Amino acid sequence: MAEPLLEVKDLVKHYPLTQGILFRKQVGAVKAVDGVSFGLHAGETLGIVGESGCGKSTVARMLVNLERPTAGSIAYKGEDISRLSGRALKAVRRNIQMVFQDPYTSLNPRMTVGDIIGEPYEIHPEVAPKGDRRRRVQELLDVVGLNPEYINRYPHQFSGGQRQRIGIARGLALQPEIIVADEPVSALDVSVQAQVVNLLEKLQDEFDLSYVFIAHDLSIVRHISDRVGVMYLGRVVEIGTDTEIYEHPTHPYTQALLSAVPVPDPQARAHRERIILSGDVPSPADPPSGCRFRTRCWKARDRCAAEVPLLAVPEVFPSGPAAHPSACHFAAEKRVVPHVPPEGPGGGAEQDTD
Amino acid sequence: MPDPERPEPAGYDPVGPRPKEAVSPTGQGGPMDLALDEAESVEGIEKTAGPGAGGPRERPRSLWSDAWHQLRRNPVFVISAALILFLVVISIWPQLIASGDPLQCDLAKSQQGSAPGHPFGYDTQGCDVYTRTVYGARASITVGVCATLGAALLGSALGGLAGFFGGWGDSLLSRVADIFFGIPVVLGGLVFLSVVTSTTVWPVVGFIVLLGWPQIARIARGSVITAKQNDYVQAARALGAGNARMLLRHVAPNAVAPVIVVATIALGTYIALEATLSFLGVGLRPPTVSWGIDISNAASQIRNAPHMLLWPAGALSITVLAFIMLGDAVRDALDPKLR
Amino acid sequence: MLLEVRDLHVEFKTRDGVAKAVNGVAYAVDAGETLAVLGESGSGKSVTAQAVMGILDVPPGRIAGGEILFKGRDLLKMKEDERRRIRGAEMAMIFQDALSSLNPVLTVGKQLGEMYEVHRGMSRKDARAKAVELMDRVRIPAAKQRVGDYPHQFSGGMRQRIMIAMALALEPSLIIADEPTTALDVTVQAQVMDLLAELQREFNMGLILITHDLGVVADVADKIAVMYAGRIVEAAPVHEIYKAPAHPYTRGLLDSIPRLDQKGQELYAIKGLPPNLLRIPPGCAFNPRCPMAREVCRSDVPPLYPVTESPVARASACHFWKECLHG
Repeated sequence: MAEPLLEVKDLVKHYPLTQGILFRKQVGAVKAVDGVSFGLHAGETLGIVGESGCGKSTVARMLVNLERPTAGSIAYKGEDISRLSGRALKAVRRNIQMVFQDPYTSLNPRMTVGDIIGEPYEIHPEVAPKGDRRRRVQELLDVVGLNPEYINRYPHQFSGGQRQRIGIARGLALQPEIIVADEPVSALDVSVQAQVVNLLEKLQDEFDLSYVFIAHDLSIVRHISDRVGVMYLGRVVEIGTDTEIYEHPTHPYTQALLSAVPVPDPQARAHRERIILSGDVPSPADPPSGCRFRTRCWKARDRCAAEVPLLAVPEVFPSGPAAHPSACHFAAEKRVVPHVPPEGPGGGAEQDTD
Repeated sequence: MPDPERPEPAGYDPVGPRPKEAVSPTGQGGPMDLALDEAESVEGIEKTAGPGAGGPRERPRSLWSDAWHQLRRNPVFVISAALILFLVVISIWPQLIASGDPLQCDLAKSQQGSAPGHPFGYDTQGCDVYTRTVYGARASITVGVCATLGAALLGSALGGLAGFFGGWGDSLLSRVADIFFGIPVVLGGLVFLSVVTSTTVWPVVGFIVLLGWPQIARIARGSVITAKQNDYVQAARALGAGNARMLLRHVAPNAVAPVIVVATIALGTYIALEATLSFLGVGLRPPTVSWGIDISNAASQIRNAPHMLLWPAGALSITVLAFIMLGDAVRDALDPKLR
Repeated sequence: MLLEVRDLHVEFKTRDGVAKAVNGVAYAVDAGETLAVLGESGSGKSVTAQAVMGILDVPPGRIAGGEILFKGRDLLKMKEDERRRIRGAEMAMIFQDALSSLNPVLTVGKQLGEMYEVHRGMSRKDARAKAVELMDRVRIPAAKQRVGDYPHQFSGGMRQRIMIAMALALEPSLIIADEPTTALDVTVQAQVMDLLAELQREFNMGLILITHDLGVVADVADKIAVMYAGRIVEAAPVHEIYKAPAHPYTRGLLDSIPRLDQKGQELYAIKGLPPNLLRIPPGCAFNPRCPMAREVCRSDVPPLYPVTESPVARASACHFWKECLHG
């Protein structure tokens, strides 16, 4: 495989917890992201799923340099961009852009749509000469499926889905190679979600974009992603192609997550096995020792508390679709999503411990 | 009524239909392929919009023009604005409605009641109360406007910067503001202003700015902190925008509304404060004509000649009220939470 | 029939005119039954529920017509204090946002116990014991120790359980759950939905589940009413509707959601936007977005036609339901 466009290594973000008014002393840290590694190849969509508080949004913000990592590196075309500043950082920003979750707060209510989409050109005047900007903005509006005549309107005159298109147009303005989308459709209505997901896919083909697509909705992530990483409490617990993750999950958390997703098919209700996890996600300020999932895991043994499982291809799976990185000492394949005939082979031997 | 700017999770149904979203009229958002086919896309807009919305094209409406539109329809605003306009005009050109000279007095007419051409009567010095009341507006308006401008500029600059950058500067500013809050207004005025000998309005303006800026700074700091957490500020940062752009383009325009509201209301109270200080003899001094001085002179004579007190005090009350009403109306128009 | 809503109309006065949020909704729920009301924002699904509960904001809201029969009596004709007695005791509601629905300055034990103190006249001590019992019932671990905790000390899933406990306290015969799990993570969502379904069976309650999530509906509902622009466009038992929708809107919704169990091609997207409630299109409200729309759809409002071909009772508000059913 070619060298990845973006390579994240051992990314860590700790937010210090301080005490005291005059003399702040650190009493601990919220370990929002604690050793995350993955690669993103050109033209690919990497989905990152996880529940609230797993650190997926923090990863997104570090990728676009809105947060500085506490440790680790983010290499773009081989160069570490996580510690850049000034001109070099500004240049890199052109290539990695972000689409935000909430279309109601991500657009400045006091600016017209034309100003919002045109702002990237004001910040990077070298991209488009002044006289050309208006035309470019109108082109972008057209590309995202909005009427170019709307250029003088204000955000509050649009609906949620339309606002999200404006946000996408702004992200596209500098012709980036990578777009980091943090829950881009979760604030939208069902019928509008599909429109925006299709738009993102169309744009990917048209402009040869690579996406990091962050969401909690596993169905949408499967739809749009080529590869998927599952995060839990600041770490990636399993990563692989969409078929590997959805049809051959080997990490118990992935299995539980997948089994919990309601499937829009009442037939499946009767013969679906649900793994209902007990308890809640522990606090990232005080994560469990060893494997972070062990407090909710039905397979947990002594070893899980003592030894941190590494994200690697489990030895028990030398080949086949189950042979993808999974951070579990007792990785075992378990099919939890009902099988739908036209997709994929029957899968490996269905191993099932416990 | 739900706020149009409030984020809403998918499928969340507010108590009422969302007015703003509901009126977003010639809504398109058609299917993706529409973008490829311009002609069809335009058709799609009309279809989606349905009849009624296809007719008059909606004009771009900024939040400021929305606020102005609402202000104009608010009777409280219309009345207070008219009053304030009148006060400003007569403070610039008092001759327009008062032909006499406020300093030309005739002791022989001391404390006399109203007479033809002198509807409000005379004060102890024999000066015309009507003329003095009219001329008194100038001092009040000058002090009010200048002090408010000074406090608002100083306060919002300091508060805004502190809120935007945070860190030790922010802590320092907050503590300094607390110290200024601790100064008792009247006592402080007596101490500071009694050492000043100038007869202009500037020492009073300066003193009010000194006491007034922390209040504005607090409001500005709070609203800047709220505004800078919005995703659009992060979006600008992700685009590579510098601090100046983020502060001036994105944060300030969205943080200024509460400052305007508080400053407008403060203007009324500053006018009252000037009168209080002048009443105590440390504010404005003769020969400057001020309602506070006149009220002070009249207070001891309230039993013999109540008219001497009534007119300047009434003018003062109406002026203060007008500014506070204006502030209320502006708040209604600018503060989305009350909409 | 436990609850029957007949031809309900609700309007809202806004600055720009009258918004017709609910335009002739009719549905019914029996004891032990789960009715899912499915719709997007602005479809009127929550407003209908608020009208049933009697918690509509009036003004700007106004019930412009219809009947809400609860155990045979019209709630809309009752006096306010009579309705208040029914509310909480006979019917209860669970909201999406548990944190803002609980009082932050009272302990959860106090809030749960209050139900018994107010409605049943129990002593404080008995009410507290009842509160612990309820918390056990919704499987809050260490209920006895946690009864004195404040809402913010619980996680989102636990708070939603407390909301459920509160709704169940007086053993109502009808529960309305408005997006009860939307704010929760999937694994927690599954726990809460399971609990709700189990308690419903146990108490033989009627449950109205208001949601936009087709997956949740498929998991728990018996029958389903799909709402669009303040009307029910399709009503059917849950199996039938997923197998063969008889309304183009339902079909569009089902086609537009990506599936967990298969990697599909491009998603079908319903074009356009939900209508402006101030200016609902004439004829069928869905016609500007409908791929099947014809002349008649733009002029005549379709009634809720019975789908006669179906062995079970179902209905569709589409002039061309037959084509849709087979198409």
